[in-house]
Amino acid sequence: MAASSSFLSTASLSNPKSTISFASSVSPAPIPSLRRVVFRSPSSHRRVMTVRSKIREIFMPALSSTMTEGKIVSWIKTEGEKLAKGESVVVVESDKADMDVETFYDGYLAAIVVGEGETAPVGAAIGLLAETEAEIEEAKNKAASKPSSSAVVPSPPPATSSPAPAIAQPSPAAAASDGPRKTVATPHAKKLAKQHKVDIGSVAGTGPFGRITASDVEAAAGIAPTVTPPPPPPPPAAAPTPTAKATTTSSPPLLPDASIVPFTAMQSAVSKNMIESLSVPTFRVGYPVNTDALDALYEKVKPKGVTMTALLAKAAGMALAQHPVVNASCKDGKSFSYNSNINVAVAVAINGGLITPVLQDADKLDLYLLSQKWKELVGKARNKQLQPHEYNSGTFTLSNLGMFGVDRFDAILPPGQGAIMAVGASKPTVVADKDGFFSVKNKMLVNVTADHRIVYGADLAAFLQTFAKIVENPDSLTL
Amino acid sequence: LSSIFSLSPDRSLFLTMQSAVALPFSQTPLTRPSRLLGSTGSIFSTPRSLRFCGLRREAFCSSPSTHLTLRSDRVRIPSTRFKVSAAATTNGAPPPKSFDYDLIIIGAGVGGHGAALHAVEKGLKTAIIEGDVVGGTCVNRGCVPSKALLAVSGRMRELQNEHHMKSFGLQVSAAGYDRQGVADHANNLATKIRNNLTNSMKALGVDILTGFGSVLGPQKVKYGKDNIITAKNIIIATGSVPFVPKGIEVDGKTVITSDHALKLESVPDWIAIVGSGYIGLEFSDVYTALGSEVTFIEALDQLMPGFDPEISKLAQRVLINPRKIDYHTGVFASKITPAKDGKPVMIELIDAKTKEHKDTLEVDAALIATGRAPFTNGLGLENVNVVTQRGFIPVDERMRVIDGNGKLVPNLYCIGDANGKLMLAHAASAQGISVVEQVTGRDHVLNHLSIPAACFTHPEISMVGLTEPQAREKGETEGFKVSVAKTSFKANTKALAENEGEGIAKMIYRPDNGEILGVHIFGLHAADLIHEASNAIALGTRIQDIKLAVHAHPTLSEVLDELFKAAKVEGHATTKTVSEKVAV
Repeated sequence: MAASSSFLSTASLSNPKSTISFASSVSPAPIPSLRRVVFRSPSSHRRVMTVRSKIREIFMPALSSTMTEGKIVSWIKTEGEKLAKGESVVVVESDKADMDVETFYDGYLAAIVVGEGETAPVGAAIGLLAETEAEIEEAKNKAASKPSSSAVVPSPPPATSSPAPAIAQPSPAAAASDGPRKTVATPHAKKLAKQHKVDIGSVAGTGPFGRITASDVEAAAGIAPTVTPPPPPPPPAAAPTPTAKATTTSSPPLLPDASIVPFTAMQSAVSKNMIESLSVPTFRVGYPVNTDALDALYEKVKPKGVTMTALLAKAAGMALAQHPVVNASCKDGKSFSYNSNINVAVAVAINGGLITPVLQDADKLDLYLLSQKWKELVGKARNKQLQPHEYNSGTFTLSNLGMFGVDRFDAILPPGQGAIMAVGASKPTVVADKDGFFSVKNKMLVNVTADHRIVYGADLAAFLQTFAKIVENPDSLTL
Repeated sequence: LSSIFSLSPDRSLFLTMQSAVALPFSQTPLTRPSRLLGSTGSIFSTPRSLRFCGLRREAFCSSPSTHLTLRSDRVRIPSTRFKVSAAATTNGAPPPKSFDYDLIIIGAGVGGHGAALHAVEKGLKTAIIEGDVVGGTCVNRGCVPSKALLAVSGRMRELQNEHHMKSFGLQVSAAGYDRQGVADHANNLATKIRNNLTNSMKALGVDILTGFGSVLGPQKVKYGKDNIITAKNIIIATGSVPFVPKGIEVDGKTVITSDHALKLESVPDWIAIVGSGYIGLEFSDVYTALGSEVTFIEALDQLMPGFDPEISKLAQRVLINPRKIDYHTGVFASKITPAKDGKPVMIELIDAKTKEHKDTLEVDAALIATGRAPFTNGLGLENVNVVTQRGFIPVDERMRVIDGNGKLVPNLYCIGDANGKLMLAHAASAQGISVVEQVTGRDHVLNHLSIPAACFTHPEISMVGLTEPQAREKGETEGFKVSVAKTSFKANTKALAENEGEGIAKMIYRPDNGEILGVHIFGLHAADLIHEASNAIALGTRIQDIKLAVHAHPTLSEVLDELFKAAKVEGHATTKTVSEKVAV
């Protein structure tokens, strides 16, 4: 990643929203801040390891944690102008403030890639800095050859992939007359399109008068529409076995008032995985578990921030440690793939979607760390900020519908894993002990679906027995 | 310039007014002797005269000698006033001369009402003529009902902001609204205020005459069909109507003005607002809170022209960018066709400079908020040889009407939107009070630079005096230094307790003598906060004095406290000790 060539530069706030107060009879003094601007030498990653050419790209800095793109308010320096270390080069407007971006290098502003008033995503090159005058030309050529795709030009690109019949238009102005229908998008739709980098020209409008609405853009971007109330959480990874018929094209005609809502990206991913799961021969084993002790423990550790999810993940993790085959997977149909880590994925419903954040090393981390980690993951999942390794590194999945009062259910095995556990609600149940005494105990039914190519009935039964033991004597969980 | 007028006349007029006021100001000696100021301060120490804090009697005196004469003039005042107030007890008795009234006010809006109340207090036999409903634009079709809608939008905004609620630890299920209920609230409020206004005038013995009023000749007024009455002095206070540029067809349903919008007969999915001044901004706040998407059309290159640039920039970040609003600047809406025949509202946009066609918008509704035009037709102005200028009645700084030959028309005054000096309800009222002061023997010139203005968005914007560029320009031409102090709401305890830390206050001042030139606030309750600054400007209070004043903790007013304290007034500026002069 060319770490050796990344440098820091200070930036000064010209519009200090964060400062408490200041008075100025001259211009405000620069306030040092931690915000940084990264200059990267492009040559170091294009050519291997050499930093021969001293042309540096000036990147759009991240001025705040929420900033995804910035607008160039003004270039303080013009192309070809000499820069001294510490001088302000450009003023960038973020979602929060305007900042003067300074250079930490002497040199020349060789080329401006993103002009004033234009926006560029964080990290995109906005200009080139040459070390010597001689290199300005070279830098300019570089800038010219660089496709300025990174810069979002305010005016819509002339040639969009519009499905309208391609009639050569002399000018965009002419298109506004009663020629082919122009795209009309609402303000919110435009904002969303920009935010999600959707080409508005390629979105089909379903709003009144065929206009593109926010939900059209959201559908195109593959996000759950925000206007519709979130449906009741779908059973995580446990839809009642979707049959192959669903995929065949011969779907029955739509009823008159039915509406078609395309899958979001997340929903498409779920759909794909579900179809894939059909190629795995699975079987299921259920087991009743007494949870009185677990419930008591939960009451005790709840004030410390421990969640039931963490308790179950920890218990599953510890049981998996004793039954590595349940934690294995069958990648090619010819071999066992034993995983060195026990990463328990937990299915979560987030509005209109389903995701499985992963608690890594669930057997090793203590309950408190697990709970903390879990909270963090759920927060990230809600904000769509999960990193890939945080949702696709699971070796075993836990799906709990107990909170809805579901007593038992059946989960679909996600591709790439050996087993998934479906946890039902813990309910007071009359039980008879071996001496014939009746008592009321809290019982919870767990049901594990496993890949029978690698996990056999006895394996699964043994695993469940271990799991039940851990849950019924949960002191080991807190160790 | 005409383009500016057609877009947001109210604000741009404010600007022209300010430059007009700046003229006498420029004659002011740069270093005004502060001892003299001190003496004026003592004159104002009687509690009675403090009541008219918005009115600066000696305005900008040009030399110490005039100042002195003014002073001696002022010394006589208490006796005059005493006589007048004695006469007040005989209000209703026939006036000494053969006039029907001492004062007739044409137009019972906020300006006319303010003038009437003050006239009665001064012992004048007063009549007010109203051709429509008491309360005028402000009460019936302006500030008042819009505040009702904004009160709703503020709450909706808060309740819909899940993050905001969560940060309080509150849980609120999805907020919804009943359009008719909201509309009723606005209507009820207007009715209530209208009744209050009417009753207050009736109680004081102001004759409310119904009918359309017009000037027949000097000191003579006609109202209704053929009622002719005479008065010693006449005040025209006929106000304004929404301004609709040509090419725009208003149907009252899909192409509307503020008059229609305040009835809230519909909440369109997508509404274009033509003009991004106060009116447009406030309606954008209402409509977006109620679920509409908004497109602004602004003729100038910047949204929110007329506001201090820094304030409008921040306001844009808070009030425009995160909301479902987009905008077109530097364009005119040359043609707007209401929705009909299954077609949406069509808006033709042309470049403000080149007049070339730029775009066509298709929206569900369009609100024309391009400012307001004076309502002066049929007033009989020709009978007194008065020629309106683009509809506005020309007046001097004392609101005396100027005729076509540039001469003053005796006994005829014009206040409020009809004169266009500063199209704000409270300015009209202040002008009316100023006129009454004059006709009761006390010369008075209103300092318009001390009149605050506010925009009731969430959060609010308020301002008084000059913007930073205006102040810098003035400083350059007159050779004084201009400084700026700023404070953030983020540092204010009360604002943070409300989870409303977004906002700044900004003061433009002279570091050499501590004079406040302008204050601009964007943040929670900005409209209520501005008065400390506007009063300081009206009373001539300097920063070095007001910074010693105490503010309750924790309150939002500490934002201004900090602002005053953040200012750096040069050491030799003398400080007068306020505490000595305040009667306890």
